[in-house]
Amino acid sequence: MQVNEKNFQPKIVAFCCNWCSYAGADLAGTGRLNYPANVKVIRVPCSCRVNPMFILRAFQKGADGVIIAGCHPGDCHYSTGNYYARRRMTLLFSMLDYLGIERERTRVEWISAAEGAKFAATMNEFVAQITELGENKRLEDLRCKK
Amino acid sequence: MQRIGVFVCWCGTNIAGTVDVEKVAQALSHEPGVVCSYNYQYMCSESGQQLIVNSVKEHKLDGVVVCSCSPRMHEATFRKAAAVAGINPYMVEIANIREQCSWIHKDMGDATLKAIILGRAAIAKVNLNAPLYPGESPVVKRALVIGGGIAGIQTALDIADAGYEVDIVEKTPTIGGRMAQIDKTFPTLDCSACILTPKMVDAAQHEKINIMTYSEVENVKGFVGNFTVDIRRKARHVREDLCTGCGLCTEKCPSRKGSDEFNMGLKKRGAIYIPFAQAIPKVPVIDETQCIKLKTGKCGLCEKVCGVKAIDFAQKDSIETRQYGAIVVATGFKPISLENFDEYAYSRCPDVITSLEFERITNAAGPTGGKLLRPSDNAHPHTVVFIQCVGSRDTSGCGKPYCSKICCMYTAKHAMLTREKYPDTDVYVFYIDVRTPGKGFDEFQRRAVEEYGVHYIKGMVGKIHDVDGKLLVDASDLINDEKICVAADMVVLATAIEPSDGARALATKLTASMDTNDFFTEAHAKLRPVESPTAGVFLSGTCQGPRDIPETVAQAGAAAAKVIGLLAKDKLTTDPCVAISDEMLCNGCSCCEKVCPYGAITYSNKEFRIAGKIETRRVASVNPAVCHGCGACTVACPSGAMNLNGFSNKQIMAEVDAICK
Amino acid sequence: MHSSNKTELKKLVLRISGAHPEKCMKCGKCSAACPAFDEMEIHPHKFAQMVLDERVEELATSKGIYKCMSCFACLERCPRDVKPAKIAEAARAVYLRQQGASYMKQDEIPSKLDDEIPGQALMSAMRKYNK
Repeated sequence: MQVNEKNFQPKIVAFCCNWCSYAGADLAGTGRLNYPANVKVIRVPCSCRVNPMFILRAFQKGADGVIIAGCHPGDCHYSTGNYYARRRMTLLFSMLDYLGIERERTRVEWISAAEGAKFAATMNEFVAQITELGENKRLEDLRCKK
Repeated sequence: MQRIGVFVCWCGTNIAGTVDVEKVAQALSHEPGVVCSYNYQYMCSESGQQLIVNSVKEHKLDGVVVCSCSPRMHEATFRKAAAVAGINPYMVEIANIREQCSWIHKDMGDATLKAIILGRAAIAKVNLNAPLYPGESPVVKRALVIGGGIAGIQTALDIADAGYEVDIVEKTPTIGGRMAQIDKTFPTLDCSACILTPKMVDAAQHEKINIMTYSEVENVKGFVGNFTVDIRRKARHVREDLCTGCGLCTEKCPSRKGSDEFNMGLKKRGAIYIPFAQAIPKVPVIDETQCIKLKTGKCGLCEKVCGVKAIDFAQKDSIETRQYGAIVVATGFKPISLENFDEYAYSRCPDVITSLEFERITNAAGPTGGKLLRPSDNAHPHTVVFIQCVGSRDTSGCGKPYCSKICCMYTAKHAMLTREKYPDTDVYVFYIDVRTPGKGFDEFQRRAVEEYGVHYIKGMVGKIHDVDGKLLVDASDLINDEKICVAADMVVLATAIEPSDGARALATKLTASMDTNDFFTEAHAKLRPVESPTAGVFLSGTCQGPRDIPETVAQAGAAAAKVIGLLAKDKLTTDPCVAISDEMLCNGCSCCEKVCPYGAITYSNKEFRIAGKIETRRVASVNPAVCHGCGACTVACPSGAMNLNGFSNKQIMAEVDAICK
Repeated sequence: MHSSNKTELKKLVLRISGAHPEKCMKCGKCSAACPAFDEMEIHPHKFAQMVLDERVEELATSKGIYKCMSCFACLERCPRDVKPAKIAEAARAVYLRQQGASYMKQDEIPSKLDDEIPGQALMSAMRKYNK
């Protein structure tokens, strides 16, 4: 596919924790708050369930951006899960940066079950940001291209 | 390969309005494993569910994908339908094409494409689903309450009234706790003992309550519904079954050097003693460090005077092991040590006392018989200074960073009572802020100022000098921007409170988590305030944070309700979506154990037959009754031995692949 | 000192002192402990808020903070680790470092030496050599 500013449709994977962010995404839907269809949500029990391998896999398979959303610090359903996620992702993102995947392609956000508007706003902003950056070619496994 | 059925819901026009459901069903029918694909107006309706049941039977399906609203809405509904059809309910996956697709997109083409991709991800996941079965574990219908203060007593009474057995384990010789030491209670000023002692008697006489005083929890094993607890019964040297509580031995004891803990050390007691007149059980205890007989072998006077032969010098500590379904922690608080606060001269001047000591001095059963007399010379003080926030809200490292919550109110109470009984006494209160939220609390504090003429001065005390029998209190008056010096006869320090000794050790035994101040943490600060994150462990009273008596009693009742809810069940069904460890991959590194917030992971040595040899290795195993399924361990595990049922690495990877395809 | 650089002065004081004036909860324990309280027109418990309010110049030109003997009683007693003595020290340093804006003329020093300077000099000497 020819990449140009007009018709580039980024693929974005969002990992959302079941208790806060997934509910926040549902609330965005209930409130009919629009955000681009590029974002696809994967439900995980907690942000600490997100293995760095999942993110690497997403980039390898052609994702252009990955966002991890969890409960606000101190609000984790499992008390401490989001703290682990925060630490792990900080390390992973700096490694990805080193590998040439821009920091802007990855993000951790805290979105509560009551923040439907924040979810939609975050996704709008993130999609715009990734569209600006263009296609991710750095880690993509060429064998995946058809 | 599974045989999968796909069911696309229209949800009236909610989904069908922006998603071409026909096209979605058509597109998904070509996915690997899919043998049939339907669309229907309302999948969650009776006939929609029947469609799923019939198709499962007709096509011999192993897995079901429903493209509909959020799984938070109808996952349970479709799982039930699957169970009715005779397949494992955990073989159902939901693709959320309403909240996360049709409702947020306007363009039919975009929304349809996204719905197909979400459906594809769900199919990819179901292909890797395995049947899961909820575990069952029995519930021992008995509760353990650790701590016999007002929190523990109230929790025990409420549980026992519901018909369950309760054991109270108390480390001191009597139940009653801190509330028994207090003179009056705010804001009503009724006598503490008058409202506490009937409750103590109720607990003692309740047929379902078993009180173990002078005992401590030694070891805890097991998990929710099935704890095994070793309780150390410390040697009392007086047989509870024989003693009549006449108290003759306590009068005759020649040793008079023991510090009376109940009176905060303001009095001496014998080596054999009953802490206070209303103690329960009313059985004396021999202090091994003070008893002349136990130290030198000569004396035994108590044994001679005892008419029922209850004294037993040979008694040793014993361990009792009992089973419990639930554990309530009610270990309470103590005032902090004032060794870091030299400026208040607490250790140098006997007339500088803590508020708890003041309680004893004003108590009719206390060392002065209720007369306000200062400890140094038993003279009546004419100027009394109260200092608030001693060690509270202190981030310098000397004290505690939190607000101790109760000090503003009890200081107002002390000041008011002093002015009421002794109108000739001048009372000063030095404060940083006065915080009195609570029913009738602010009115109470204002009465101290307006009706009783207590001098409230905003500012802290910098130093206390002891000059010629007077305590010179150097303090700031910030409102008048002055430095003042009050010549006081007595100074009362509203000392910060901290969790009792041994709370940290107990938390370790229970694998219950604590905050940096050694208060027990609750499972959720707002929604689960009386449960510990460790299943089956509940919190009552000040072990969780500073609070006053009404709040403690309310929390004790709430904890009891939670315990009753647990004990009322015959069996606990456990969510099967929990972590599992692959013992062949585990290298015994303990990484998972450290990140587990629930203490669900244990290590044991197991024998493995590897290449014909038997090898013993240390491997992790997860207790499914305790695991909550957060998945923290799965990522922490360096060897990939940990996985999460229902959200396995492969399943999530498959979803990622399907979305990025 | 220019009024336009008030914010700069505040930053400078914070940098030199390493203090955290925002942590102050106005308990006044520093003033209660201060032996030079009566000599000062601005008292230690106000130092933190004055820095936060960008009133460094007013603080630095007050006579009071030059009566501070740097005994560190306030710093020692403060429950919040605010360090009023360090704030005073920084305010003095900021002011004294201003070129040509010295509060005390060089010629005046000998006459004032006896009644004003010794306290502070003595205390700092004791701090230095009494270790």
